[in-house]
Formats: sequence, C-alpha cells, structure tokens
Amino acid sequence: MINKNFSIRKSDIINRRMFIIGTAKLIIFGGLIARLFSLQINNNKKYLTLSDKNRIREWKLPPTRGNIVDYFGNIIAGNLKVYQLHVIPEQVENFNYLISRLKVILNLSNKRVEKIKKKKKQLKPWESLIVSENLSWDEFSKINNYLYELVGVKPVMTISRDYPFSDIYTHVLGYVSQPNEEDILENEVIQEKFVPGIKIGKLGLEKTLENDLIGVNDIQRYEVNAYGKRINQLEYQKGKQGSKIRITLDTEVQKLCAELMDGKAGSISVMDIFTGEVIAMYSSPSYNPNSFLFGISQDEWQLIRNNPLKPLINKTLSGLYSPGSTIKPIVALSALENGIMDTNFKVQCKGKMELHGQTFHCWKEKGHGWMSLNNAMKQSCDTYFYEIARKLGVDKLKVTAERFGLGKKVLGEYFENEKAGQFPDTKWKINELGKGWVLGETLITGIGQGYTQTTPIQLCLMTAQIANGGYKIKPKILTDDNQLTSEQIKKAMQTTSLNEFNIPLYDDSKNIKIIKEAMFSSTNELYGTSYKSRIDDPKYQFAGKTGTAQVKRISKRERELDLKTFQIPYEERDHALYIAFGPYKNPRYSLSIIVEHGGSGSSAAAPMATKLFKLIVDRHQYRKKIPNYKEFNI
Amino acid sequence: MFQHTRLNSDQNFFQKVKNLDYILIFCILILSVVSLFVMYSTDGGEFLFHTKSHLIKLSVFFVLMLVISFFNIKLWHVSSYFLYVATILLLIWVSFYGIKVSGSQRWINLYFLVLQPSELMKIAVILCLAKYYHRINIEKVNSLIGISFALTIIIIPIILVLSQPDLGTSVLIACSGLIILWLGGVKIKYFFVSLITFLISLPFIISYLQPYQKLRILTFLDPDRDPLGAGYQIIQSKIAIGSGGFSGKGFLQGTQSYLDFLPEKHTDFIFTLFSEEFGFIGSIGLLLLYSIIIIRIIRIGVLSRSSFAKLFCFGFAFAIFIYITVNLSMVLGLLPIVGSPLPILSYGGSSMLATMIGFGIVLSAKIHRKQIIA
Repeated sequence: MINKNFSIRKSDIINRRMFIIGTAKLIIFGGLIARLFSLQINNNKKYLTLSDKNRIREWKLPPTRGNIVDYFGNIIAGNLKVYQLHVIPEQVENFNYLISRLKVILNLSNKRVEKIKKKKKQLKPWESLIVSENLSWDEFSKINNYLYELVGVKPVMTISRDYPFSDIYTHVLGYVSQPNEEDILENEVIQEKFVPGIKIGKLGLEKTLENDLIGVNDIQRYEVNAYGKRINQLEYQKGKQGSKIRITLDTEVQKLCAELMDGKAGSISVMDIFTGEVIAMYSSPSYNPNSFLFGISQDEWQLIRNNPLKPLINKTLSGLYSPGSTIKPIVALSALENGIMDTNFKVQCKGKMELHGQTFHCWKEKGHGWMSLNNAMKQSCDTYFYEIARKLGVDKLKVTAERFGLGKKVLGEYFENEKAGQFPDTKWKINELGKGWVLGETLITGIGQGYTQTTPIQLCLMTAQIANGGYKIKPKILTDDNQLTSEQIKKAMQTTSLNEFNIPLYDDSKNIKIIKEAMFSSTNELYGTSYKSRIDDPKYQFAGKTGTAQVKRISKRERELDLKTFQIPYEERDHALYIAFGPYKNPRYSLSIIVEHGGSGSSAAAPMATKLFKLIVDRHQYRKKIPNYKEFNI
Repeated sequence: MFQHTRLNSDQNFFQKVKNLDYILIFCILILSVVSLFVMYSTDGGEFLFHTKSHLIKLSVFFVLMLVISFFNIKLWHVSSYFLYVATILLLIWVSFYGIKVSGSQRWINLYFLVLQPSELMKIAVILCLAKYYHRINIEKVNSLIGISFALTIIIIPIILVLSQPDLGTSVLIACSGLIILWLGGVKIKYFFVSLITFLISLPFIISYLQPYQKLRILTFLDPDRDPLGAGYQIIQSKIAIGSGGFSGKGFLQGTQSYLDFLPEKHTDFIFTLFSEEFGFIGSIGLLLLYSIIIIRIIRIGVLSRSSFAKLFCFGFAFAIFIYITVNLSMVLGLLPIVGSPLPILSYGGSSMLATMIGFGIVLSAKIHRKQIIA
C-alpha cells in the first residue's frame, strides 16, 4: 500500500512537472514561429534580394562603338566583324595537347604560347581564354575544319574598331585600344562599362567623345551556383551601339592633303570661313591607327616612335611654329587700324635696317627700294614691316593678333593635346622672362620671328577671319544640325542688325579690304611671292601670303654663303608656310600649310595651295547640297 | 487488480494491433513521406543516393518500430540498465576504434549502417534514468546519493561524447537526462542553483572550448563578422528561409539549395531547404505535425500506469522537442551552430534509428499502458 501511495505521489509530481514543461514548450515553439514570421514575412523582400544576388550574375559584353562619319556620311571609324578563338579551360581534357595542336594549326610562336598559358592561370576555369583576337578568314575556317577534335575551343565572331582610311584621319580621330588602369580610374563611364576586351579611345575625338561613342553593353544574366559556375542563361539584354558622330571634314580634301604631304613633315588645315567648319586637318607624317587595335607590335611601335619626322605629334594643333611672313597681314592690319600709316605710306628698303647698332636684314639682300603697303606685302619686304612694327609697338600688335585668334586654343575642347601658342608683348616678357622688352624684338616680331609661336590651325583661323571680312567665327569639327549654312551666315554677318554672327574684329572694314587686296597681289601679281602658284580662272583664284620661318639665327657667314635649301642640314632648314583664302571674288575657304624644314614658303608650301583650291572649290557644290540646316531666320 | 493486470499483459496479437496509437503512426508516416520529398529535392530533383538510402532506412526502421512496440514495456524496463551499459561500451569502443571523419571520431562501420552510438545514447540515457526514478524511493530523490547517481548516469556518456568531440550531441544528451531528473522530482531549487552556477561559469567553460567551437559562438553573435568563412552557413540559411516567403519558392525550386549555397543541406540544414521551398505555411505545417507527435507521446505518458512508462514518454517527448528547438534555432540564426539533426527529416541512419526505437517504446507503452511494473 505504501508502495502504491508512493506511486501515486510520484505520478502526481511527474504529471505536474510535465505540465510546466508543456507550457515552456508552447512558449518556445511560439518564439520559433515568431522568428519564422520575421524572416519569411517581414523581411521576405530583403532576403529575396539577397538570394537573387547570390544566384544571378551578370556578364557584360563589350559594347559596340558608335561610328564616326565625315561630312558626307562616309564611315571613317566603323566596326568590323573579326573572328576570334576562345578556349574554355574547364571543357578541355588535356590543355597542353590542345595548345600544341593550336600552335600547329595557327602557327603560333613559342612566345605567344607562353603568354596564353600564363593568361590561363589568371582565369577561372569557366572563363573564356582568348587565344587569338584577330583570326584571318583562312585561319578561322581551318579551325572550323578541325573543330571536332578540338574540344573546348570556341570560334567566336565579334566586332572590332576599323579605320577604313587608315592613316589619313589618325590625328583627328585618334585610335582605340585596351584601357589601362588610369583610363578606367579617370572616366566613370568606362568604369561602369568595362569588360575584358573592351576598347576605348586613347587619343583625339575617340577619346574626347568617349562617353557618346562607347555605347551600352549587351548583358547576359546567368544563374550561377555557389562556386560561380554558370548553370543557365536567364536573360540576354541587348545593348545599344554608341552614338554616331558626324564631323565636318571632307575625306576627299583630307586625302589630297595626305598625298601632298607625303614624305614631308608638316600640316595642312582648311576651314570654311563663315561656319568655321574644319574641312581638312592633316598632320604629316601620320601612322595607321588599325595597328593599335590588337596591341601594336614592339617593332612597329619603335618605328613610329623613333621616326625623326615625329608622326606621334599632331602638328596641326600642337606644333608650335614661328609664323614668319604669314604674320604680315596682321601687322599691316594692326598698323592701319591704329592709324600708324595709310596705303600711301612708303618705306625705302636697302636690304637691311640699323637700329641701336644692330642690323636687321631684309630677305632680299639688294633691297626692294621704295615700298608701299601693297608692294611690301606682295614681295614680303621685311624692312617695311620692321618700320611699321617699330612705329606700332608690340603691345598694340598683340591686341590685333589676339583678336584674330593667335595665342588661344582653337579646338581646345575636343583635343586635349592642343597648344595655345603665344603672342608676346612687353608685359609678357617681364612676367615670363623677367627682362624688359627691347625694341629690336618688336622688329622681328613684325616679321613673325622671335617669341611668337603659332599653331597651323591658328593661322588658318586667322586667315579665315580676314577672308570673311573681319568677323569672328567659331571653329568647329563636329557638325551641328541646327547650324546655319555658310551662305546664311555670310548674309547674317553683313546685315547691320545685331546677331550672333555679326561680331566684327575690325575698327574699320576698309582696312580688312586693303589687307585682302594686298594678299591678292602677293599671289596674283607679277613679283608676288606666290605668283607662280596662282590660278587665273576666277572660279578657283585665291589670295595668300607666303612665310619662311627661320629655325635658327642666320650667321653672317651663312648669309654670305647664301646656300640653297638642299645644301643645308635638314634640321636647320627653314619652315615653309603658306596661308590663303579663296575663291578671291567670293571667298569661302581659308587654309594654312606648313612644311617643316621645307625651305621657302613660295617654293615648298604655296604650290600645294594650287592643287588644294581646285579641289576645295569643286567640292563646295557637293557640300552645299547636304541639307541638314534649319531655315535661316533672323 | 491483479487479475486485471494479468489480463492486460496477456493481450493477444490482434488486441495489441488494435491498441496501437494510429494517429501517432499516421503522423510519423506523413513525416516520413515529407522527409522523402525533401531528400529528393536535396538530390536536385533526382532519385539518387540520399533519397534511396533514406527510403531504405525509413522502411527498415519503421518496421523495427512496429516490432518494438509489440514487446511488453516491462521488457524495456528490465533491459534499461543493460542497454545503457551496452551503449556506454559502444562509446568506449568508438573512442578507440571508431571511424574518424574531419577530426571527429564518432562512428562504427557496421557495413549495412554507419552507427553513431552517441545518437543511441540519447534514448539510452532516458531509458536508464526512467528506470532509476521508477525504482527509487520518493524520499531518496533529493538525497545526495540519489542526485549523485543520476548525475553520474548523465555525465559518463557526456564525457565520452565530448571527447569525440561532439558538443551538439552531448548537449542533447544532457538535456534529455536532466528532464528526467526534473520529472523525477528533483527540487526546483537545485535546478535554479545549477543554472545560475552554469551561467556564472560559462566564461570559464568557453575558455576550454575548441577554437572552432569558440568561432561558432562568435559567429553566432555576429554572422557578418566573416561572411565568407564561419558566418557563411548562418547567413545563407537565413537568406534561404527568408527568401522562401509566405508560400515558398515551390517544390524543387529552392535556388539557395540546388545552386549549392546551402551547406549541409541533407543533414543539419534540411529544415532550411524545406522552409525555402514550402515557405512560412509549410514550416508552420511541419511544426504542427511535430507538435501533434509530441502531444500524442505525452498523451500516452499520461495514460500509462507505470512511472517508468510515464517518465520515458515525457522524457522522449521532451527530447524530440529539444532536438527540433535546437535544430530550428540553429538554422534560424538564434543559436550557435552545433551539429544537431532534425528528427526523421535529416539524413542519417543513427539518428533515425534512435528516434524510431523511441517511437517503438512509446507505442509499446501505449499498448501496455495498463501494465504495472513493480
């Protein structure tokens, strides 16, 4: 009985304590359910996002770059289909065997094979290893023939930049190549669109307009597992080709420039004197931008780099030259504007001029005799310009020179390597050199020597602004669909009403006319320095001014020797310059030509203008027909 | 009364079949079917190794459960100490000749089954203590000798299991044992005092933990500390469960699991996969199923006449509860990661064998609920 009592008491204890535990269990299960609720209901969105982040990975493909076309819509930087060979390492059974097979089929060098093996080590096994970036069609079809035995090999068709006109546009367009670390850090757009294999602009418009040209990546979305392996493709999001860029240049003119400059160092620029559109801009020598697409070979790079004619420099924009006699129209204009002289003013040239015991020579040793403005310009008499420069003073000259565009960047926003050059004055010399201005320096500034440094495009702009009657224009290299035609702007410049094109750079328009006439004489009248290069047909007739810029001071002995150009070492020969505008009766275009170490402007530079104007004027009728401008309405 | 007892013990086969707890068996069957589906999902939606093996084990052990249930509860009472000692011997055997996997020596290879004796100990310790408290005089329960003996029964296997090392299982053995002490009538005061002592000495205990165990605790406190290393499991498990949402991603659609983001998805993290695919609703359903099983076991305990049967049923019900709680808390990021399987659902023969034996004894208690054990 006692036993039974105990047993009942025991049962009571057990049952009571069970009840307590039961309650605890309920509470704990309640807690677990609350936790489930919090994770699955309250924070469902957060965890769904995290789960998608886990499993979905994006693969960006290189975007297709926008085309660049010339004024007439010809593609000058396009895209070409290229054949590539990729290998997916994880699908390959025996990598070394495969590579040795590919080596035989594609004739790969040992160096290349080593490079591929090295690259393979840096990749994950499912990432594609690019064995060849640019297969020829023969190689591509050969690979396809052997494909059955080359497991893991993937022939791929992709798109690459192509410059169909090879080297004639290099200094305008630049080129594309693989971005380096700096490129990626500098540009957020590249950062965002970067994928291995992407090519970006390294120079010129390709670089400046990168963000417009680059386009939008194609995106492949894959589901991946925890080890990053692709399981299946979820989505293929088509990207967008970059914007099309249309530039103002004319390929035909550009081609002629390249032809004329063949074998020489220098630059030719052509500009529409009303719209400011650059028609041609060629720096010689150039190089082939296509060489950079798949990595330039060391040999080819050394050849370009070490070329004494310096193909890497864009001479049109960053070449700094003394303008020589091409500055004379500005000196004369400044003198006229400042009332220093008039057309009747005469100076006697005796071949040299003495000032404070220093001798300043005219290029013609015997002297020109009594010179008026027109004659002095025609024959490029240095003594005349020494004299008016002396009377004018460098400070006043600088005002006029700057007004017409010297000492300032012309296309600065598009070309980061453009240089501003300089036009000196007294203040400049004190600030820069810490020395006072000497009157002798004014004299040589008057003939475009000394401290003055100009770029070819500046001289072209200066000429354009004289040719259009002395109005300010805005140089441009990209077309603008809202822009007025050359004809419309011309009209707008000449109306008396105020408008954005009627910004005179002169004080008296008569002076501009005098200068234009003097330039006409220089080319089209007997004894003119470029008389031999003239065109009599008024349709093509142009006016210009030659220039011969000394590279070094001419010693007394050299002056006595009077060597012919070919007798002087190349680096010491004068630069030949020529600026011109035409057709004279109804001016449309201006140009500047510089041949480095070409000798005299009249023999080396001016003859090129003859050929150029014939083409430029003929091309004008085609250019005129391109209808893209809004109706003129002022 | 005597007559009644004899009559009861002499049930024939059909009477025994009639007395089986069919609701409990039905729930176990549903759970088994669910576990097969989940296992099928962990195999990536194919009838592969884990699913096959799980199916075979389930079938064999389910039959074993039914066989056990037909033995008289008295038999289990009689053999309790023997089973306990036998399991202790197995544990000692393991510590010398066991199979070592990734630093832990826990298994015996029986060729048809890789046995983990520590899993069997979870049941053995309940059986042993149930018998002890069934037999002990109620006055002696709170005596020094009474408590010491009970604690020794718990501590011996714990030391053996800890030395494997296997913290998770030893914690579960301790819980199962302590609950019998509680049910057996050990003073509440003692529990409080030991709980407080435990909390105070916790820092010292932690200093004796293995580095990987310390890391787990640190990771539990802040999973984002090392998201790709130690915190990875907790984070991925929470992502999987959380992304399941209200109704889940659907059967075989759990991206976290089939893309291998989930670690240990067959065993400790099986609930994560289940919850990802079947969502909040599914999880509640599963908890409900477990709750019914626990309640049925408790009900059998209440119906049982002998203290041994009561103690065993209540103890086993609590053990099931604690396995679920520890496992779920772990995958829900509420507790540090300690290896602890989810009963029936998790892949693993020993755990299932132990659980099925437990169910078998419970069913036996139901059939022989009127059995008096002297």
